[in-house]
Amino acid sequence: MSGNSIRDTFFEECEELLEALVEGLAAMEDPNHDPEVVNAVFRAVHSIKGGAGAFGLDRLVHFAHTFETVLDKVRSREMDVDEGLMHLFHRSGDVLTDLVEAARDEREPNGTTEAAVLEDLESHLGGADAEEEFSFDALTLDFGTPMEITPEERQFEIRFKPFRTLYDNGHEPLLLFDALAEIGTLEVKADLDALPAFDSFDPMDSVLSWTMTLSTAAEEDAVREVFEFVDGLCELTIGEAETPAPAAQPDPEPAVDVIAEADSAPKPADPAAEPVAQTASKEARGPKPTLRVDLDRVDRLINTVGELIINQAMISQRIEELDLPTAAQLSNELEAYKLLARDIQEGVMAIRAQPVKPLFQRMSRIVREASDATSKQARLVTMGDSTEVDKTVIERLSDPLTHMIRNAVDHGLETPEQREAAGKDPVGKIKLSAAHRSGSVFIEISDDGAGLDRKRILEKAIDKGLVAADAELTDQEIDNLLFLPGFSTAGSVSNLSGRGVGMDVVKNAVQALGGRVSITSTHGAGTTFTIVLPLTLAVMDGFIISVADQTMVIPIASILETIRPNAKDLHTIGTDSQVIRVRGSYVPVVNVSENLGLVPPERSGVGVLLLVSTETHGLTALKVEDIHDQRQVVIKSLESNYGAIQGVSAATILGDGKIALILDPDELVKLDPASVSPSLSLDTRMEPQHA
Amino acid sequence: MTTKVLAIDDSRTIRNLLRVSLEGAGFEFHSACDGVEGVEMFPDVDPDVVITDINMPNMDGYGVIESLRNGPDRTSVPIVVLTTESSDKLKSRAREAGATGWIVKPFDDASLISVLKRLTGHVS
Repeated sequence: MSGNSIRDTFFEECEELLEALVEGLAAMEDPNHDPEVVNAVFRAVHSIKGGAGAFGLDRLVHFAHTFETVLDKVRSREMDVDEGLMHLFHRSGDVLTDLVEAARDEREPNGTTEAAVLEDLESHLGGADAEEEFSFDALTLDFGTPMEITPEERQFEIRFKPFRTLYDNGHEPLLLFDALAEIGTLEVKADLDALPAFDSFDPMDSVLSWTMTLSTAAEEDAVREVFEFVDGLCELTIGEAETPAPAAQPDPEPAVDVIAEADSAPKPADPAAEPVAQTASKEARGPKPTLRVDLDRVDRLINTVGELIINQAMISQRIEELDLPTAAQLSNELEAYKLLARDIQEGVMAIRAQPVKPLFQRMSRIVREASDATSKQARLVTMGDSTEVDKTVIERLSDPLTHMIRNAVDHGLETPEQREAAGKDPVGKIKLSAAHRSGSVFIEISDDGAGLDRKRILEKAIDKGLVAADAELTDQEIDNLLFLPGFSTAGSVSNLSGRGVGMDVVKNAVQALGGRVSITSTHGAGTTFTIVLPLTLAVMDGFIISVADQTMVIPIASILETIRPNAKDLHTIGTDSQVIRVRGSYVPVVNVSENLGLVPPERSGVGVLLLVSTETHGLTALKVEDIHDQRQVVIKSLESNYGAIQGVSAATILGDGKIALILDPDELVKLDPASVSPSLSLDTRMEPQHA
Repeated sequence: MTTKVLAIDDSRTIRNLLRVSLEGAGFEFHSACDGVEGVEMFPDVDPDVVITDINMPNMDGYGVIESLRNGPDRTSVPIVVLTTESSDKLKSRAREAGATGWIVKPFDDASLISVLKRLTGHVS
């Protein structure tokens, strides 16, 4: 492993530790938190410090050390955690994150908050405490110190009587003698006087002592350093001999033998101690063992499994076409093959799935920063952190989510005074939740603020020319105006969310992931944004439909209802626009083949209608010729293989080996000028390209 | 004879650093990511020296030393504590638990190896 990859591992580990830190700090907010939570927070900071020290990242080490020292005081209950301290801890976590990132990218950290937070942390430590234990005295051992320069040899007389604990602690006198011998000429004499008679000999006892004479040019400190580890485990006197002693009879050998004997003497097992180790081993383990795999490899595997699924479908179809006499048996086997292929696919997909937790955790910082910047008070509540979503989805959700969270604080929540006046908790609540529901991932961002000010939204939209002045819009239609390009609700552009990024960017980002975003709001009670995303970007459940005699696929997730209408249910408006009455309201009908510029077959008849809810056109019925099947299809990007086609999101390969286009209902309806409902004149303004 | 080291540390970075230093110096390197795992691995690895961190989840370094010294193994192999602080309090506590020596983080290869040599008597 090269130095660089160790460094990479360090920063990877830092990321995990920072996650643990944020999680721990959040848990500390609970007044009844488990004391182990503080330990975990302490350990995270401590481990970052330890690793940073190894790479000479002094600034990071210094900050982590100060942070850790304050945490240690909390841990040892010398200090109580109050709201102010919690806030400081969160900010310290933010600074630590910045410092780690700066060190990783080898750039200067943003020092403005660092200095302030550091000062704040230090103020919690008495002046004496701040630097007390902070001594990184790297161990210096003078083994093998060159002896060529021997200006003045001195003689030390050393008396050494080990206690039994010295042996218990794994020390070996012989090794100490070796170490002494390395810094000079050593004579060792064992003192056997204390040796008891054989009858009363206890092999576990320490009875030997030694007197040594060391001739060396080294200082007394160097001699004492040899005994550093046995300090307190022996009687030791080191004195400088006045005159060179006459060459004593060195007799280390028997001493060594006795030591060896004492060391290897039978050690009675202590049965009482056994259960300790056993219970300990049954305790919950730390993190589960993981395997780090290059993402490319996983993606290649996913792709191959996709091909396998297609291949399986093709084989099934070919065998059906053969019309074999033993087809029934074969089809059982084929069904098993299909299930296995699905299992493999799900297993592979699961590799790419990651919990949303780290993403959600980052948002607590956004809430903090946003509330600081707007002088509002807010706390983030997250739910369903363990919900797993495709890695790419998580990555691409970060920006939209950040923006929505900022919006929720900036525009959603009221000021603490307004909240109190309304009888609410002055601290606003931002809720972020994730859940798997019917094959999709639901992510909700809600605030308990005042709700959308629809009157102002409408005024604004009219002002900006997004809506006709006399337009009559439903509440939902007004809410959806937020998603129009260039719309901003802030009366004055605040330095926070007014960054020229509107909700339309959020919507586009979510749509690019094959998802959709919707909004609900209750006056006085808050606003909720719901993002619905596919579980994976690689496969999708779709209806196999025919459009102008071609086989196409439409995502099931987008279809609310299918209708086989009678001719009399369809009403024609104007020359060729059609509507259908669905439970009392009229829904525009969009002829898919016409919108795609295909010629519908003569005998098309009324066909089948697929009711979809579109972002721009509301409820719409898509008219296709027929529905054949419901199937999981492997999504193949068209853009990388062919080019973008409006109304088509991707393609897939069907069981017969043919390519089928996957339709995008939202884009499809935009292609049709006739689908614009007369009451929604804003649609034509929004999408001038299809006028 | 190859000297076997069992290193117990919850930090992947530190385990990596130790591995590189010690394997480079010819040691046989084994590692555990917390105290419980370390104590569990001990009889199988049968190391010549144990290096342990102090701050770890599940079982801290003091627990490791006490389990190894007083548990079924009742071992007297040298146990070296790896620590960021060099306070006397920590040293005496480690010594009381049965530690043989300590290495202060950040460590350099030379001092690490010389400590191991000093405590085991051989360097591979």
